[in-house]
Amino acid sequence: MATVERALVRDVAAIAAAAGVVGVSFGAIAVAAGVSVWLASLMSVLVFAGGSQFMVVGVVAGGGSPVAAVLAGLLLNARHLPFGLVVSDVLGRTWPLRLLGSHLMVDESVAFALAQKDPARRRAAYWLCGGTLFVAWNVGVLVGALAGRALGDPDALGLDAAFPAAMFALLLPSLRASPEEKAPAEGGQDATGAAAPRSGNAAAMARRVALVGALIALVTTPVLPAGLPVLLALLGVAVALR
Amino acid sequence: MTLLTILVLAAGTYAFRLAGPLLSQRIQISTRVQRLLTLSAIALLSALVATATLTSNGGFTGWARTAGVAVGALVAWWRLPFVVVVVAAAGTAAVLRMLGVS
Repeated sequence: MATVERALVRDVAAIAAAAGVVGVSFGAIAVAAGVSVWLASLMSVLVFAGGSQFMVVGVVAGGGSPVAAVLAGLLLNARHLPFGLVVSDVLGRTWPLRLLGSHLMVDESVAFALAQKDPARRRAAYWLCGGTLFVAWNVGVLVGALAGRALGDPDALGLDAAFPAAMFALLLPSLRASPEEKAPAEGGQDATGAAAPRSGNAAAMARRVALVGALIALVTTPVLPAGLPVLLALLGVAVALR
Repeated sequence: MTLLTILVLAAGTYAFRLAGPLLSQRIQISTRVQRLLTLSAIALLSALVATATLTSNGGFTGWARTAGVAVGALVAWWRLPFVVVVVAAAGTAAVLRMLGVS
């Protein structure tokens, strides 16, 4: 158990380090776009959704209207609603935990939770990943905002490739039924039914849904505003309805 | 960038985040629906992976990132540690960019 937890901590640390560096670049870009250090930090603490933060600062810096920028940012963040339905069981039973846990809902914490086998580990992974990312992101933004352009470009470090690859790695356990994991999982059928699918059939279904969802998003990306293609990928679930 | 812009974005984003947990408190979610919800998260995350790998600003993002993600995905497929996935993806993209591939 201890080694498993250590593995989780190490995995979360890797993604948090990458998020911290991206946070540094957000801070630097925001300040360069005329946002004050404290506003950039306040935004990161309160919004805590990197994609929408980059988008809103970019639109406003480019002379776009703040209303349009906020609408675009919210469209990008609408995916948190379905995410919340999936992870609601890991947030906790009390209201303070639910209110706090909801704020830690980001792509990575949801993906980490989804990659775990049982409810206790899902909860641990969600909170550890969400909490660590929150600290790393906000410290990164503050450092970047204070240091300004002196710091490098995260694309030069290849971090833009790290995030999709990491997300893919977290999705993999749901997409394949692995023989060595089947045996111990059999006794422990999850009562909530929320576990990542493990049996061959469920994994095949998950693969079809993933493929169709990805294709819908890719095909619609050139013609729709950012955020909408990812939401449309939900239609991919239709292949699971019979 | 004004304080109001930030507050509206933050409030709206938090509302999206809280809506799921609030809704699932009110309604009884059957095992079948829970399974479909898990599949919808898989659809959303795969769509994020696909679009973040291949596109930026509505067009093709270039070979450096695409190749980096492909190498990372291969490493994940071989069941190597997660840290190796992250480092291999970033390293491949960074080296390709250093060599002038965009």
